[in-house]
Amino acid sequence: MATVEARGVSKYFDDVHAVDGIDLVAREGEFLALLGPSGCGKTTLMRIIAGLERPTAGDVVIDGEVVTDLPPRARNVAMVFQSYALYPHLSVAKNISFPLRALGTERGEIARKVGWAARMFGIEHLLARKPRQLSGGERQRVALARAVVREPVVFLLDEPLSNLDAKLRNAARDELKQFQRHLGTTTIYVTHDQAEAMGLGDRIAVLNHGKVCQIGTPQEIYGRPVDVFVATFIGSPPMNLVEEEDIWLGFRPEAFLPRQVERSEGSVEFPFRVTRVEYLGAERLVYGVIEGRASDAHVISKLPTNVRADITPGERHVFVVRSRDIDRFDRQSGRRIDGGAP
Amino acid sequence: MTPLEARARRWGGAFGRTGLLMFFVSFLAFPFYWMLITTFKTTQDLHDITNNPYLFNDPPTLHHLVVLFEDTQYLQWLANTGLVGLAVVAITLLLALPAGYALARMTGAWAQTLGVAIFLTYLVPPTILFVPFSRIIAALGLQDSLWSLVLVYPSFTVPFCSWLLMGFFKAIPRDLEEAAMVDGLSRLGAFLKVVMPISLAGVLTAVIFTFTLVTQEFVYGVTFITSSASYTVSVGVPTFLVRGDVYFWGSMMGACLIASVPIAIVYNLFVDRFVAGFTVGAGK
Ligand SMILES: Nc1ncnc2c1ncn2[C@@H]1O[C@H](COP(=O)(O)OP(=O)(O)OP(=O)(O)O)[C@@H](O)[C@H]1O
Ligand SMILES: [Mg+2]
Repeated sequence: MATVEARGVSKYFDDVHAVDGIDLVAREGEFLALLGPSGCGKTTLMRIIAGLERPTAGDVVIDGEVVTDLPPRARNVAMVFQSYALYPHLSVAKNISFPLRALGTERGEIARKVGWAARMFGIEHLLARKPRQLSGGERQRVALARAVVREPVVFLLDEPLSNLDAKLRNAARDELKQFQRHLGTTTIYVTHDQAEAMGLGDRIAVLNHGKVCQIGTPQEIYGRPVDVFVATFIGSPPMNLVEEEDIWLGFRPEAFLPRQVERSEGSVEFPFRVTRVEYLGAERLVYGVIEGRASDAHVISKLPTNVRADITPGERHVFVVRSRDIDRFDRQSGRRIDGGAP
Repeated sequence: MTPLEARARRWGGAFGRTGLLMFFVSFLAFPFYWMLITTFKTTQDLHDITNNPYLFNDPPTLHHLVVLFEDTQYLQWLANTGLVGLAVVAITLLLALPAGYALARMTGAWAQTLGVAIFLTYLVPPTILFVPFSRIIAALGLQDSLWSLVLVYPSFTVPFCSWLLMGFFKAIPRDLEEAAMVDGLSRLGAFLKVVMPISLAGVLTAVIFTFTLVTQEFVYGVTFITSSASYTVSVGVPTFLVRGDVYFWGSMMGACLIASVPIAIVYNLFVDRFVAGFTVGAGK
């Protein structure tokens, strides 16, 4: 177990600022999810932590020791690549034991640890196969087994689930969380899937353009986004934004409700013209326009099915949001403005 | 289409394929057949133009092989060729493996240019190069020594094999090496334990190619080697078995057959990997 720290880490490829001054700490035993849109520098940051890429500036600190100048092999980190990177010429057993053999572990110990790792991921029956004879899900387990077998100080996982189909991904997510809890190893997990990040992460770091926008628990990130980017990046459908003088009013679709449903004091009313309704089983998405403002704002309301209000396209309704569910952001900087709402 | 027509079509297709295959097989096997029967034909049989050239008209004879082995230093030439071949293969691998790997992994426009430049050196013909080479060899005192060939042959095997191996290495995802490096190996270790085993087909291709190029090389061999005991097969055979306008066809064909069959067999053993070797670079 260890802490992993990035101190002012930057990486420039010519004029592309892939990583731009990131300060980040993964605490001991923590599951830290790095979340951000494609190309925001997540993979690059991971590779810098693993030692596969040299930062242009800044330091990587693992367990209190500056490792910026150490090669990957001296850092005792384990990385699971998006492609899994299983060695195609070796059997599953040999793949799993590869890090141990590289360390010169003695034979009995290797056999014991391979057995332990294979049992943990339920792949004992696959040990004699070659990677090309495995399904995507099985490959992923082998890659994870190879990562844990050496008992590294930190796991670096780069979108390990993105090659799996939706159903398998949910199951794998569960398992991943369980084994991480069980081992208690500090884990940094890259994803651009917010559901994955919210479900897995003890904390989430939201990245954009090579910078950290916000670090916090899933509740903090969702409930108190620090800027417009985080507010609209997290949540599906994203947060609604409505112009008001020189600020944005932001509110979640599930907080935007018909007046007959939400009767509490201190609500803000909006005249809402419905343009489209989508039934999604457990909920309804109501698309529409807020009228009577300088410019029309397109917003979405998410109504659970137990809200039975009759809403059809073309109608005008009064929708409300409780004042404390409204976030305010500066229109210029996009930053959150605190203290505005009670 | 009636069932009868369908069947006729199927049979027609099968015949067409078989016919085509037969044509190519006979086309490719014919040189070997020709070498084989010429080796064992009597000289009268060979020279009588009224005979059917594809068959034995006189009973087969071992005479030409006896001439080859007893009147020439054929065995010595074979040994020389083998020795030069092995030495050149070793030198080529030693230089072309790291060169090919570096070319494959270097990023930027430089790598591309450098790769093309290296390949271009392969295209400079020996007829131009042997003049400067002969001065170098004289300066090193290697005239009439097999070592002169060991020195000169890598000038075309190294660029060719660097290029060939570059294609193989490019096809290996970087992830694999990086995974190996995170898993505790140095870059060299990752190269030896992961890249090399995966590109075994490429290494094999390079070895066979180098050996074939060495076996068939003539210009340098005939320029730098003067004493018959140091000849390679490709120089010794035409020098000794063509006397003025007398061709010792039977012995010559025997010599070629013996030199080419082992290489042909090795090719066949690895033909699948070999073909993969040439197409691997093609898909980018
Ligand atoms: N070797 C490189 N040379 C030049 N530019 C690079 C290199 N590697 C990455 N980049 C650039 O750096 C930026 C960040 O890339 P990175 O792979 O870290 O993104 P990512 O967040 O992992 O994206 P994704 O979610 O698509 O995997 C991109 O704009 C990319 O084009
Ligand atoms: Mg990535």
